[in-house]
Amino acid sequence: MIDWVHPSVFLILGALFLPLFKGKAQRIYIILLPLLALLTVMLMSPGVHGVVNFLGFELIFGRADKLSLAFAYVFSSAALIGAIYALHVKDVSQHVAAFVYAGSSLGATFAGDFLTLFVFWELMAFASVWLIWSRRVKASIEAGYRYLLVLLAGIIILYVTTGSIRFDALQVRDAAFYLILIGFMLNAAVPPLHAWLTDAYPEATVTGAVFLSAFTTKTAVYALIRAYPGTEVLIWLGTIMALYGVVFAVLANDIRRLLGYHIISQVGYMVAAVGMGTALAINGAVAHAFTHILYKGLLFMGAGAVIQMTGRSKLSELGGIYRYMPVTFVLYMIGGFSISAFPLFSGFVSKSMEVSAAADLHLTWIWLLLTLASAGTFLHTGLKLPYFTFLGEDCGARPTEPPRNMLVAMGIAAFLCVFIGVYPDWLYNMLPHEVDYHPYTATHVVWALQILLFTGLGFFMLVKHLGGSPMISLDLDWFYRKGAGIFMQFVYRVVVPIEDWFIQVYRSVFRGNLALGIKGLWLDKNVIDGAVNAIAAVVVRCAGALRQVQTGQLQHYALVMVGSLLILSLYSLF
Amino acid sequence: MDIGKILESLVNNTRTVKRVSYVVLALTVVIDFFISRHHHVFFWEDIPGFSAVYGFISCVLIVVVSKALGHYWLERSEDYYND
Repeated sequence: MIDWVHPSVFLILGALFLPLFKGKAQRIYIILLPLLALLTVMLMSPGVHGVVNFLGFELIFGRADKLSLAFAYVFSSAALIGAIYALHVKDVSQHVAAFVYAGSSLGATFAGDFLTLFVFWELMAFASVWLIWSRRVKASIEAGYRYLLVLLAGIIILYVTTGSIRFDALQVRDAAFYLILIGFMLNAAVPPLHAWLTDAYPEATVTGAVFLSAFTTKTAVYALIRAYPGTEVLIWLGTIMALYGVVFAVLANDIRRLLGYHIISQVGYMVAAVGMGTALAINGAVAHAFTHILYKGLLFMGAGAVIQMTGRSKLSELGGIYRYMPVTFVLYMIGGFSISAFPLFSGFVSKSMEVSAAADLHLTWIWLLLTLASAGTFLHTGLKLPYFTFLGEDCGARPTEPPRNMLVAMGIAAFLCVFIGVYPDWLYNMLPHEVDYHPYTATHVVWALQILLFTGLGFFMLVKHLGGSPMISLDLDWFYRKGAGIFMQFVYRVVVPIEDWFIQVYRSVFRGNLALGIKGLWLDKNVIDGAVNAIAAVVVRCAGALRQVQTGQLQHYALVMVGSLLILSLYSLF
Repeated sequence: MDIGKILESLVNNTRTVKRVSYVVLALTVVIDFFISRHHHVFFWEDIPGFSAVYGFISCVLIVVVSKALGHYWLERSEDYYND
């Protein structure tokens, strides 16, 4: 009798059999996999399962407590909603990539040790870049490479700093403490390590972006909650993040880029709450991540529907399509009201916990700035984007509503947004700490309505100046997009010597100890080399011209570069 | 019930929608004078209508600061990275 099944088994292994099915059977199978994963999570009993001894290391695949179960619950729900939204997609590889991505996110959630966590973490990066490449246009391929490069750089940091130790709150503030923190912050898109997100997500496929919006950053939030509760530096970093996303969202013209900046802004609240570390703040971070995955997915689904049906993605080229896509418009607005934290919508009962936690700690500036950022959230996601997409001047496009499966997926997400807003106890019962928080007090409701409605007043007074313009705005991705030449220098002068150094270290330190030796070789072969190869591949693409000036070790690496390019290209099915 | 028709009638009656909105805005501030307050962390919690002012200022501030950053520093033509 099997008493425990890892939900990722259905998503990762199950996805590999997807190409065997055709037509209707395939569509049923696509729904069945995430449904089984969700049921497994719902039926899972708390405890430590799936402990495997591997070469002297204790790998824990199934640490199920309230924290991991809450995240697993919403991750598997997001996988199911995303799968329904993507049901019409004929490209099987996209479904496989999406399931492997969601499955590795669940794997990371249930990981009880750092090694298991990082293996799933890496799998997430590889599976998710597929969703970007699958759009098969030049911009997507290039953005995908940049995305992979940055995420792998973060993974190198993670691997070099740790062996297999328990994945719990880190106590000792040594170098590993800060390096792992940086690795997690990179995936959470904390500025200045955020630009990969808004660079890559707008280039993903319509259905792929829905998956992307759910998993990478929120898995990082989970990892931060697990390992770094009460790390004060995160309070300010998170608050800056919340504002950063809001400021750049004003300048965004691409609708999914705008939504991407609001992922950064929203995750900022969660990061700040992790930094506060009180029971209320941690509950708030979990609740916010939970609701955020649902409403952000809904917003990306709405934006994706517009892009698919009109072929346009820029505010300056959209407008007036509410007549042709009224259902999409209304469902999008439910997401917009939820993210803006209107009473009766899910953001109101979750985000406000984090802001209240700041008040309890008497963090005056943090409170004021987070409140300011929430005005910005409504301004863009609830007003600017829908106004210039669905209302405003008629752009001439005559779309129809998207396929039924897309509307059904949006409907499920919209239902959950309202359900949680009306009945928050359902969510509160899942949170890691006992909840003593009551969102629906008269002061809180009136307070929220004033902030939001007067933001709305400001919007309509300034509306003439707020339309999208056919421009792009610089962000820190400039450094690796324009600064490729400088980056080349960095790779050859810094990364290559460091790798050589690691090879030396592994050979000398781990000699004579079989288990560690194998691990060292494994790390070196699979991770360091793999990542350096990926970096090298990107460099080849970014700065082909500069290649000729390199000497010495180039021959050695050229072979590797070409090899990895081949493998990476195979992944993208070109 | 046809969602499209409801939206259409809202768009065609902007003047009414505007009037109703102004009334709602005013109401949220008026109500603020009559509710009892329990929490006392920040002094502004005792000022009725404070959050209305703060929301409005936040909105204007975000727009002005971001637009200025974009205009003087961050905005480029769409071909910027393709050159």
